[in-house]
Formats: sequence, C-alpha cells, structure tokens
Amino acid sequence: MAEILLLLAIFILASAGIGLWRVLRGPERADRLMAAQLLSTGAIAVLLLLDAAAPQAGLLDTALVLALLGAFASIAFVLAARQVERP
Amino acid sequence: MIGALQGLGLLAAAAGAGFFLAGTVGLIRFPDTTSRLHALTKADNLGLGLVVLGLLPFAGSLGAALKLLLVWGLVLLAGGTVAQMIAARVRGTEPGA
Amino acid sequence: MGGLVDWLLAALVLGAAAWTLAAPTGFAAVVGFVGFGLLVTLAWVRLGAVDVALTEAAIGAGATGVILLMAVVRLRGGAEEVSAATPGRAVMVAAGLLAGGVGLALALAVLALPDPAPGLAAAAMARRGELGLGNPVAAVLMGYRGLDTLLESVVLVFAVLAVWSMAPDRRWGGIPGPRFPRQEAGPLALLARLLLPIGLVIGIHVAWVGAEAPGGKFQGGTILAAMWVLAWVAGLVQPPAIASQAVRLALVAGPLAFLLAGFAGMALGEGFLAWPPGLAKPMILLVEAAMTLSVAAALALLVAGPPERAA
Repeated sequence: MAEILLLLAIFILASAGIGLWRVLRGPERADRLMAAQLLSTGAIAVLLLLDAAAPQAGLLDTALVLALLGAFASIAFVLAARQVERP
Repeated sequence: MIGALQGLGLLAAAAGAGFFLAGTVGLIRFPDTTSRLHALTKADNLGLGLVVLGLLPFAGSLGAALKLLLVWGLVLLAGGTVAQMIAARVRGTEPGA
Repeated sequence: MGGLVDWLLAALVLGAAAWTLAAPTGFAAVVGFVGFGLLVTLAWVRLGAVDVALTEAAIGAGATGVILLMAVVRLRGGAEEVSAATPGRAVMVAAGLLAGGVGLALALAVLALPDPAPGLAAAAMARRGELGLGNPVAAVLMGYRGLDTLLESVVLVFAVLAVWSMAPDRRWGGIPGPRFPRQEAGPLALLARLLLPIGLVIGIHVAWVGAEAPGGKFQGGTILAAMWVLAWVAGLVQPPAIASQAVRLALVAGPLAFLLAGFAGMALGEGFLAWPPGLAKPMILLVEAAMTLSVAAALALLVAGPPERAA
C-alpha cells in the first residue's frame, strides 16, 4: 500500500517538475506563474501522499499552509506584474 | 471493508495523478496562455480533488480527514481566484489596468 | 521507492536553483525561487525535519516570494543603478566557486559522520518534559537555545528599522508601500473576504500547536502577516503610519516579553533565561504569544516597505 502511495507521489512530483519547463520557457509572465502554481498544487498532493504512506506529525499542517499561501504568492505576482508594467 | 475502501482510494488517487500529468502536458503543449490556464485548473481542481478523495480512507482520524478536505477547499478557492486574475490579466480586462 | 523520491527531489532542487541563478529577468528569478522553496519544503520532509518544512512552506510562500517581488517592482526604471550595483562576472564566478566549495566541504563532513552522529539530541529528548513542551524542537529553542531565539526576534526588529531607514526624511513617520485600490467586486475581493478568517484560524492554530507538534511563533506569525498582506492588496486595509505607537508596540512586544521573562529567570530561577520550575510552561506560552504578534507585525511591515506617503 505504502509503496503504491510513494509511487503516486513520485509520479506527481515528476509531472509537476516537468511542468517547470514553462517557468523556463515563458513566454508570458502568466505562463511562468502557472508552472509555479502547478508545482505548488503538486507539492501539496505529494505531502498528502507521503503522510498517507508514513504518517508524520505536522505533515498535514504543512500541506494546509501551502494550500493557504500557495496561491497567495501567485496573487501577489499578478498584482506586482501589473505594477511592473505601469510606466 | 477498510481494505476495499483503500483499494478504491488508490484508484481515485491514481486518477488524480493522471490529471496532474494531463495538466503538465497541457501546460507544455497547448498553444496559448489561456488554453494553458485551462489545463492548469484541471490539475488544481480535479487532480488534487481525486487525490484527497482517494486518501480519505487512509486518514487516521476524523480531524485528519477534515483537514484533507480543508486543503482541497482552500486550493479550489485560491486556485480559482488566481485563474480568474491571470485570465483577466492575459485578456487585458483586469480592473485598474 | 523512497530513494527514488529523494533522487528526484535532489535533481529538481538543483535544477530550480540553477534556473533561479540564470534567469533572464528579476521576475523570472523570483518565480524560480518560489518553486525552489516548494521543492526544499519537500526535501525537509524527506529528511524528517517537518518543523523546518513547515517554516519553509510558510516563509517561502507567504513572505520571501512577496518581499522579493516587491523589490523587483521597486527596482523598475532604475536599470542604471541596478547594473551599477551588480557585481562583475569575475566576482560572481568567485562567489559561486566559494559557495560551491563550502557546500561540498559541508556535504563531505556530513557524509563522514558516524551513524548515529554524535550530538546532544538524546540528552535533550530525555529532559524535554521539564518545560512541559511535547515538541522537542520547541523545547530546545526555548530551553537550551533561548538566547539564540531571543536574538532572532530582535533581528526582525532591526530588519524593519533597516527598511524604514530607506525612506527620505520628508516621508519619515508616513504610510509604507503603495496604495492598492479597494476591490468591491471580482475574484480578489471574494478571496480576501473568504480566506481571511480561515487563514487567521490556521495561523493561530499553527502558532499554538508549536508546543506539542511542528509549528510555532515564526510559522504562525508568517501566516498572520500573509493574511494582512492579502487584506492590504485587496484594498480592505491600509498600512498604519510608522509613527503610530501601536505599530511600534506590536513590533517590540515579543522581544520585550522575552527579555522580561529572561530577567524573571534571574530573579526566580538560576539565571538569565532560566525558566523557573513550575512557571515554565505559562511563561513560555506568554512569550510565544507576544512573539507571534511581533513576527506578524515585522513581516507585514517588511512586505509593505519604507514609508512612501504622508500619514
């Protein structure tokens, strides 16, 4: 059971990691943001899977914090990108 | 009973992982930013949602299960907002721009 | 299977780090750095240091990314000054070689350690109950390394002072940061209203469970600061003028409570920062509560930046 959960974690991590190619490639700022957002959601899924495979105190709270703040960083990015483009 | 539920859970989690892969493929292969946004939200909403659903039978306590659901709810809420903001930005219809 | 997770993580961390260094623009580098922080969070979990992972998750996603991004925004238009302040290629290569050398030496030193590594962990674990704290990390930070933790809390105040000192004289005492328009409708307005109460509860929860499980004042304070920043960018609140007594009090409340507790240790216990037996737990909780407030105030003020408008 635990092995399958770890395998799924690897799969999602690898998938989100490949998505980071968009951070490199762009071309828009929004594209880079989206890859970071995908990695954030992927990291949350990986944390949940790791906790299910081998429970550790605090893992769920870490996932909760990422869920709360992961998109928050992206919101700041959008607002700041707005400001960057203002003359 | 729990074993069967956990088996179903693994299937759901595997389907969620599939949506993550779909999100990545879409993010890389789709031709323009708004299409790629479409791909991203699938991973956010469905991918994580199915993983959370699949992990519910593995939760050690009711509190842990509720925390799992809260994680998904937060990602839905925040992810949806970001998607709207990015889309408004890309289409040039954002307020105050 | 666990080993494969670790190898994959290591490769991704190095890749994200390389991208952050090589990124063509400041914005791209900050996005890379945030991704790097997410991967490092997972790496700390794999190393069994969930306390550190929680800190990295909170500070990486909630504070540093936003602070760096605000820096990118403030640097716009100042291309000449930026390039003048950027070190030359030779200095960069030398710094990279130095950092790489130190990293390699540290890695070799860690690999050369016997297993289990010598340390005071067993002794600290045996006595952690004396402070009434179930989380060994919190017990060490407050019990054995209280002075370090106190100084860390003071450093945050100095960091805010350093940011404030960037203000021109005529703006001193004014309101920090840009003004964000109030969002009456739209996604951001909805999110700020819905996420804020949930985030406040989670922030206080994370600060509170620090006594028993991974969490604590820095992590909880960061979440509270992030929630304030969300309300700020949605135009729901304005930053207070830095001349305000309340702001300054919130900023120093934690270090002040910590110092007072330290002196109480001299009067009631064995010396500075020695927690008097029996009173240890309530005193530590009071200090942690005051510190949570101060960390939140300091990080929010760091994000807001130097005063830019008259009060």
